Amino acid sequence: MLRQIEGSRAVAETVGACRPEVVCAYPISPQTHIIEAIGAMVKAGDLTPCEFINVESEFAAMSVCIGASAAGARAYTATASQGLLFMVEAVYNASGLGLPIVMTVANRAIGAPINIWNDHSDAMAVRDAGWIQLFAETNQEAADLHVQAFRLAEELSVPVMVNMDGFVLTHAFEAVDTPSQEQVDAFLPAYEPRQVLDPDEPVSIGAMVGPEAFEEVRYLAHFKQLQALDRIPEIASEFSDTFGRRSGGLVSSYRSEDAHTVVVAMGSMLGTIKDAVDELRGRGERVGVVGVGTFRPFPQAAVRGALAHAHRVVVVEKALAPGAGGILAMDVEAALAGLGIRTHAVVAGLGGRSITQASFRSLIGRADSNMLDALTFLDLDTGLVERELARMAARRRSGPSAENLLRDVGSVSARVM
Amino acid sequence: MMQTPQRPHDEPVKFYQTGSFAAGNRLLPAELRTVQSDAQRNNSLNSGHRACQGCGEALGARYALDAAMRATEGRMVAVNATGCLEVFSTPYPESSWRVPWLHSLFGNAPAVATGVAAALKVKGRSDVRVVAQAGDGGTVDIGFGCLSGMFERNDDVLFVCYDNEGYMNTGVQRSGATPAAARTATTEAVGDEPGNRFGQGKNLPLLAVAHEIPYVATATVADLHDLERKVQRAMAVHGARYIHVLVPCPLGWGAASRDTIRIARLAQESGLFPVFEAEHGRITAVSKIRHRVSVDEYLRLQSRFGHLFGASPRPDIVQRIQADADRNIRRFGLDDADDPALVEPVSDDAASEDAVSEDAVSEEPHVVLAGPGGGS
Repeated sequence: MLRQIEGSRAVAETVGACRPEVVCAYPISPQTHIIEAIGAMVKAGDLTPCEFINVESEFAAMSVCIGASAAGARAYTATASQGLLFMVEAVYNASGLGLPIVMTVANRAIGAPINIWNDHSDAMAVRDAGWIQLFAETNQEAADLHVQAFRLAEELSVPVMVNMDGFVLTHAFEAVDTPSQEQVDAFLPAYEPRQVLDPDEPVSIGAMVGPEAFEEVRYLAHFKQLQALDRIPEIASEFSDTFGRRSGGLVSSYRSEDAHTVVVAMGSMLGTIKDAVDELRGRGERVGVVGVGTFRPFPQAAVRGALAHAHRVVVVEKALAPGAGGILAMDVEAALAGLGIRTHAVVAGLGGRSITQASFRSLIGRADSNMLDALTFLDLDTGLVERELARMAARRRSGPSAENLLRDVGSVSARVM
Repeated sequence: MMQTPQRPHDEPVKFYQTGSFAAGNRLLPAELRTVQSDAQRNNSLNSGHRACQGCGEALGARYALDAAMRATEGRMVAVNATGCLEVFSTPYPESSWRVPWLHSLFGNAPAVATGVAAALKVKGRSDVRVVAQAGDGGTVDIGFGCLSGMFERNDDVLFVCYDNEGYMNTGVQRSGATPAAARTATTEAVGDEPGNRFGQGKNLPLLAVAHEIPYVATATVADLHDLERKVQRAMAVHGARYIHVLVPCPLGWGAASRDTIRIARLAQESGLFPVFEAEHGRITAVSKIRHRVSVDEYLRLQSRFGHLFGASPRPDIVQRIQADADRNIRRFGLDDADDPALVEPVSDDAASEDAVSEDAVSEEPHVVLAGPGGGS
């Protein structure tokens, strides 16, 4: 049903239509609206049978999902940021055990300094945890990806993480066509586990594996991810047939077929970038966009295919590997190996900083005139950084940096007109 | 659900074997004999595992799980924390478990068990019950957050802690359950106060009682009848239940393998390890000490306390340990001479008169806990 609806609400209703049997809730912004809404559905009897469990930490949330999934239930939870990091040990465990848990991550920065706003640091921190990681561009896609996620997870016995930008998507009201129960039921079969704790057929799950087979077990995890590279586009295509709209897939291209400069990005900033590209195209500039919808498994061939014709590639990402640079950019560069395409990493939008069309246009201008460095921090206030560096050079006890910078910036509210 | 058999010491006549005090199965009517003495027992933790000789944990787990299997008529799932029990039982492709068994992580067994219980409920399989188990590290330290959450939600899980008072699997390091003065790899027997420091430690059975869950019990592997009975009792009720079993570790305690049962018995008989039951926040029964011994007898059998008795003995420290045991005996009313209706508040040596008078009017023997919802 097409409605003007909050992103979190759309996701909650869609997850509800997927008939999860065990849902764990631990509050952390900006995902709270999702689990609140699911909790209300369960309490009101609109989602049944379902056990909604308020746990004491994210570590417990993922652990409860592990137990529920191993006992044959469709398990779901949502988290963000610090919460995702607090559960990391269990995140790895879930994939290691091959349990098809689906989790929404309302992407948010990682502290310190504590910051509740959107970037992709949390998802990037668990990129090697063995989960499939899908990124939504819009709230419609965020909702739709959950239906696909349960299907994919359960087919392959791999957990799937649906990433949607915190606040930018979770708290935004826009038109979303939430899938009907009938549609979801037609698309998503009942969960048939590969392994289940059953007194009638007892198995030991979670045994110690030594050097004699550990690499092979890990290879199987990799193999399942490679299988997902085939299944993700197929499932997206089936989804399109059932629901009548396109969502998901490995990569998406926008006006990039004849582009010399192609921007690569993930998540909601693709919308802003597309608008800027439209404007630049209007001026005759050959600019296009490739959106990475599936980050794990990394769709190397699809990315290479979508970018092979470009003269230069600008990877704009809301994450940073301190001491190394971009994270998505490294994967994109590896996918383009041998093609001789100049690749730039642009770190942007950290901790919720807006990525404006103006900044973006200037960025493309610099790239087109070969003025762009291999690694750029978009809209970095260098004066602010230099003042702190000077303080640190001047005296040993220069104090906490974050607080020093904020003092320099001054009251944000004073600058609001 | 089957009836819980009468416990042997409720019988008018007590049966004791010389030396072990264990009631002899052959002297009991068939329905009161241990599950373990039954040829049809499940052997949930089957032979052939890799536990050390004399392992108290292997013994405790075998009795606990077989009793739970009997109580659930074989409809049970076990969740295991990382630790000795997990490592020695599942060197795959070998597994000693004859129950559906899941190991996830060190610190999350209570939450995993919650998940299993939730799944069984939602699947309409309420006949299948859940038992989670961990060592003391996985219970009192790294697993405590999840355990407290499971208790607080009153999830339908029996959690069994096999307490060997340290991190034995990683090479005998101190845990929150390591007793005062004990030598471990991280509390060396050096300096003025050799071994583990004195303090409260973490008394998990009392913390469990403070959660006011339906059932809490302590037990030792010296009285396996008692352990089985408590497991059966625990399985007869729903909600969060906790059993804390003292399981001596020959390796970590520096004791002879043959002395596992003896040491467990001395821990109880000295008062260092009170054996009791509690329901919904109130202590309802205590196992009286029948042959009280000094802590000296218990300590001397273990090289982890060897520094108290060697060339430079520390009678002062032994005396402090004795004082702790004496305090337990007063707090829990472990002495036969104690009037069980007049036991002191657990957290207060000098019982307030109000608490005592409140106790005195109670029909049941119990210990009043201080703090919110506890004593006056």
